[in-house]
Formats: sequence, structure tokens, C-alpha cells
Amino acid sequence: MPRINSPAELEEVRKEILSKRDPNKPCITLCSGSACHASGSREVAAKLEEEIQKQGLSAEVDIRKTGCHGFCERGPIIIIRPEEICYFQIKPEDVPEIVSQTIKEKKVIERLLYTDPNTKEKIIHESEIPFYKNQGRIVFGSNVSVDPKSIEDYLAIGGYAALAKALSGMTADAVLQEVKKANLRGRGGGGFPAGTKWEGTRNAPGDIKYVIVNADEGDPGAYMDRSLLEGNPHAVLEGLTIGAYAVGAHEGYIYVRQEYPLAVENVNIAIKTAMELGLLGKNILGSGFDFTVKVHRGAGAFVCGESTALMTALEGRAGEPRPKYIRSNIVGLWGKPSVLNNVETWANVPLIINKGADWFTQIGTESSKGTKIFSLVGKITNTGLVEVPMGTPLRDIIFKIGGGIPGGKKFKAVQTGGPSGGCLPEDALDLPVGFDELTKAGSMMGSGGMIVMDEDTCMVDVARYFLEFLTDESCGKCVPCREGMRQMLKILTGITKGKGKEGDIELLEALAETAMEAALCALGKSSPNPFLSTLKYFRDEYEAHIQEKRCPALSCKELIAFYIDPAKCNACTTCARKCPSDAIIGGKNLIHIIDQEKCTKCGTCFEVCPPKFRAVTKISGVPVPPPVPEEARTIVRESKQK
Amino acid sequence: MDNERVDQIIDKYNREPSYLIQVLLDIQAENNWLPKEALERVSERLQVPLTRIQHIATFYKAFSLVPKGRHQIHICMGTACHVRGASRVLDKVEEMTGIKPGETDLDLKFSLEIVNCLGCCALGPVMEIDGKTHGKMSPAQTTDVLKNYE
Repeated sequence: MPRINSPAELEEVRKEILSKRDPNKPCITLCSGSACHASGSREVAAKLEEEIQKQGLSAEVDIRKTGCHGFCERGPIIIIRPEEICYFQIKPEDVPEIVSQTIKEKKVIERLLYTDPNTKEKIIHESEIPFYKNQGRIVFGSNVSVDPKSIEDYLAIGGYAALAKALSGMTADAVLQEVKKANLRGRGGGGFPAGTKWEGTRNAPGDIKYVIVNADEGDPGAYMDRSLLEGNPHAVLEGLTIGAYAVGAHEGYIYVRQEYPLAVENVNIAIKTAMELGLLGKNILGSGFDFTVKVHRGAGAFVCGESTALMTALEGRAGEPRPKYIRSNIVGLWGKPSVLNNVETWANVPLIINKGADWFTQIGTESSKGTKIFSLVGKITNTGLVEVPMGTPLRDIIFKIGGGIPGGKKFKAVQTGGPSGGCLPEDALDLPVGFDELTKAGSMMGSGGMIVMDEDTCMVDVARYFLEFLTDESCGKCVPCREGMRQMLKILTGITKGKGKEGDIELLEALAETAMEAALCALGKSSPNPFLSTLKYFRDEYEAHIQEKRCPALSCKELIAFYIDPAKCNACTTCARKCPSDAIIGGKNLIHIIDQEKCTKCGTCFEVCPPKFRAVTKISGVPVPPPVPEEARTIVRESKQK
Repeated sequence: MDNERVDQIIDKYNREPSYLIQVLLDIQAENNWLPKEALERVSERLQVPLTRIQHIATFYKAFSLVPKGRHQIHICMGTACHVRGASRVLDKVEEMTGIKPGETDLDLKFSLEIVNCLGCCALGPVMEIDGKTHGKMSPAQTTDVLKNYE
């Protein structure tokens, strides 16, 4: 495509692209995000291309490989347009049938449809599936319509219109005021108002300023930024360019984890094509505004998600934070004023410019506007990415969208805000999600990880897990974080191993207080949160571990034992055959016994014991009953007695 | 890795010292580890002290200063995998390979690493070997998967 030199030319190009597209032409949309790749979407794509060609349909059918659709639990996902037929968990074997039946004959294949778990009803369209129906996908929704490698696709859905509007019809200050008025708060964790941050940079002295995308998404169990950058990189670039215009920056950086190869690839392609079209580079859309973007890959350090550490890493040094007496929007990268916002924050900017702050502020709560994308994972039926208006109650997210807890288990807690966030119990489920609401309850919004835990999850172990993560990721620069966390982890590990003693909780509290007061950066200051929030809501679990050496969730390995109930064992021999440690003594018609000395507590026997017997149980806090004497182990079956 | 190739990588980034981490990432990706000779070359060409390169190579998780095994095992220890029992999978892998996270066995067959979220939480617990994802792992399945690697 030739270079686009003005907003009018942009509209012409858009019209031309749309005129070439027949909305009635069949189009097979295949989710090709990283999560679907892991469940085999590459193989499906290859088969799809082969089959379309084999059945001679290459000219009549389009295939679009898009980014993440969000419903990762059911991936790989196919949507067939214009009918919008949705198929889930597609395997390469299903492809010939899809092409011959649905594409050629226009017949719906029942078995590939979504089945509502409650009503058992088959659902054809995406918009009617409860997982999607209850969301509000203003940012993430475009993922299903664009091939991230195609700038044409982004232009076809109105891409870069916001940039054209900002550059041609608005002063830099007007753009800034619009974002300020929208009260867009940082989606990366802190919730700091983006407009205020931008204003600081804009007013800071100096000609050289930077804008930076924080795509160093390190929270375990959170992948919304990856899916956005992977699936719709132009939206992030457009937002970044608008931000650069507003603050007066001519250089931008995208700092993205190297663990996200597809995001790196797609964003690099996006930058290249945007440069070719004149949507980045010199004299963008003929406005006289210059802006270029460079991509830096992060080499794996959680602390680099912190603003000053990230900027240090961009300078090619070890990413350690510095004290923020002066904020990085005044003195940042190379000592220059720098705006750092997270991927999702940038992706919201084009929407605000296009539709206006008034539209944006209609969505959400008093203090948190717009929507938030959450990564809903853990013990949840519908694992995936969900975008909801701020203010949606946690209960709706977990039960209406997420479909509740699988396997008939009971909900115990939801962990939000990443490692430095907190766990909220059932009582807090009616809490509307928002920055201040979650902080008040002892957790935080964070970048949007939402990990659901059921009755089998031990809350002491969860606190230990996060402390272990944070200790490992501490950069070691300040003492309260480096040494304090190490000691907290030692005590928590002791508690989960049955070595807890009176006074441990108080000692942990003292260490927590010191870290919160004295640590250098947000990572250290918030590091005690996982402990404090679990203690606040689940103190009884801590006490059971310390006083009774009992793990109420039957999860801490050192505190549990596996035991076969002799009354229930039917000598089916499954457990004995599957035990990887040969720790089960048994045989045909013999009650099976676990050799506690040999048992590694891997839990395989517990999993494979047929549900009709359920003979393997976990016990904690009480001694294992002595094994049945050998002479009494023979099972006499009633049928054989007759 | 020969100096010529190291130079090519450095030139790709215009010998700009701020791209040091990017240069090291490229060497790591191609060579699987960072040999001393390559680091010395980088230090010389980018005019960055070797001590700073060492600092970076040990600070960031992506880098290894020792050779890696033929097969890279990554066990996801993200929160979603953790609550679904990833530590039991890790125990099994440690038992079968005889190595702990961060180690490589003597035959250079396996290197074991734990990672904090591979972003396919719907498949947890997840084990990734040489980039191939094995989802919904149980200790017993882990044994079966590992047997396929020579």
C-alpha cells in the first residue's frame, strides 16, 4: 500500500479496503493466540488451509487467523462468518467436516457447538454464550475481527481514526485534557491517573521526552496484556502515538517479555507496516508530527515491571529500581521525562479519543472508569480472559461468566492483583471491582490476574507460594525486601511443613510491617500482602497448621497422609498399578494398603481410585490407622459365596 | 559460537551499548547459553565492562552461563498451575531426571527450569518441553511424556 499523507487519504484507503470486502463472503476465523497454539490451533490452521484448497474453495472462503478470543478453556476456537457460527475445541480431524458441512452445505455441526452446562442447550452464536454475553468487551472485543499481522484488518474496523482525529483536529493539550477528563487510570497495577502522569511529562522542562509501553507482564496467572499485544498490536501503537503527541515525545519504547515471542513478532510487524503507511515515522498523516517506536525484549526479571527498574533495563543495565523522590514522568529514561503506561491503558486511549471522555466515563464506578480485562484462572470452569465494566461484582465474574468452580467443589477465595495482591473470601464476592474497592478490602486491582481457589487450596500454602515467588524475584537492592522476605518465607515454609510454633504469626506481622514501611519500591512494599490478606480472612487455617499440625485443605504434603479405607477398597488394583513409587501393597482380592514409608504423597492413587469406590482418602492432623493384618485382607465377594 | 556471528548480532543493533541485553538475548537464543568468549567479544565491541555484562547475565533469568541439555523442560509454576497441583508434577520430573530446577544432567539430556506462567492457564498444570506444551499434567502422565525424549 502507498504512504497515507492525510486524514482524508486515510478515509479513502479505508473505504477502498471495505469496498473490496464482501460481508457475505464466508470467512473462517481461527483463534491463534498463544493459549490456543498450546491447545493445537497451528495444526488446525494447517489442516484448514489444506482442506479449503482440496475442496477447491480457495477463492470463495477467507481464513483469518486472529489473536486470543478469551475463551481459552474451549480452544482452539473457530467462528464462521457471516452466520457467526462458533465451534469449540476443534481438532484437525474435525476440519474436513466443517468445510464440507458448514461451509459448503451451510449445516451446523451440533457436536462442535457450545453446550450450556445447566440447560444442556446447544448455542450457535458467540453473543449468546454466557461466558461472552455477560462481558463488556470494548477493548478486547476487536481481537476477534483482526488478523494482528494485517494492518488492513485494523483499518477496516476503523483503526487509526483516533490518531487522525487527534493530529488533525485537536491540540496536544486538548488530547491531554480529554484523557484527564476520562479519568483513565493505569491498568498495570497502581491505578494512577494516566492524564495526570502525562501532564507531568508534558510540563516538565526539556525537548526530549519518551513514551513507553510496559508489556513486562510478570504476574503469574495473568496474560491479558500479552493477548492484547499479540492480538491487536495496532491498537496499542495507536494509543502510544496519541500519547506521544499529547506529551510532546518523538520516541517510544515497547518493553515486552522475551517469553512472549508471538507478541514480539506481531508488534514488530505492526511497527513495520505502520511505518510503511506513514502512520508512524516522519510527518505522520501530513501533520508534521514525528514519532518512532523501538521494541526491547525483557530478559526475565519480575521487578522490571516497576517503572524505574524498567527504564534502567531499557538503558541496557540490570533492572533495579531507584527511590522515587522525583517521579519517572519528570526524570525517567536517560534522565528525561518519560510516560510509562501498561498495554491495556494505551489500548484504551484510541477509544477515548474516538468516542470522547463523556462516553468513557459513563462506564464504570465513581472512581474507576471504563472496563478492565481480567485473567480468570485457577479452579474455575471457564478459564479465560474476560473484560467487564468496572463495578461488576466479583460474584458475576466468577459465577456468571466463569461458570463457577468445577467438580462440584466449594469456592474458597479469589486472589486478585498478582503476587502483591490479596485473597478475598466468599463474603467479599459482592464487592464491585474497582481500584479503590479492592484496595479497601485488603487486596488490589493489580494488572488483572484473578485466580480462583476452591476448598482444596491451602491458604497458608498460597501465602508461602507468593512469598517464594517474590523472594526469588527480589532484586536484592534494599534490606527489608531482600532479608525480610527471606525470613518470612522461612517461617511460612516451616508452618506448611508442620514446624510452626507459637509466636510465628506475630513475628510474621512484625516483618510485614517493616517491609511495608521501609522497602524501596512497590514490589517490596506490597510483598507482605499475600500473607496479611490470608491472615485477615483465614486465620483459622494458620492456627490449625501451627497448633494441631493439620492442613484443613488437605494440601500441605508434610501434614497429610494417603490412606485406603479397608471397608471401601474393592481390590480393583488400579492404584497399585498406577503408583509411581510401588508404595501400594495389594493384589487380586486383597485389600490394598499404602506403605507410608515408601509413599511420596504424589496423589496418583487418590486420582485414579474409581469414583464408585472412593476408597483412597487424605487425612491430616490424626495418625494413620494401622494397616489391616495380612490374614484379614482377603475380600470375600458375595456373588462368589453363593 | 564464533566471533564472526557475535559481531553480526552486535552490528544488527548498530553497536549501541543500550542494546546490550538484546544482544545477549540473541546469543542466548542461538547458542542456548552464554560462553565466556562471546561475552568478552561483546564487552570489547560494545565498550561495556565485562563486570557489567556479568551483572546482567546473572541478574536476568533468561541467561545461562553454563551449557544446557538437549531438551529444555519448563514446568509452569504460575499461580493457576500451582493451585492445580504443579508442584506434584515438578516432584515427579525431579525424581525422574535426578536434577533440580536450574540444573542440567551429566549426559546433557535435560535441563530443568521452573517458569512463572506460560499463559495457557486453561491447560494447567503445564509442562513445556522444547517449546511443545503438554497440558493438564498429572504425575503419572509426566512419566509417560518424559519417556518419549531421548
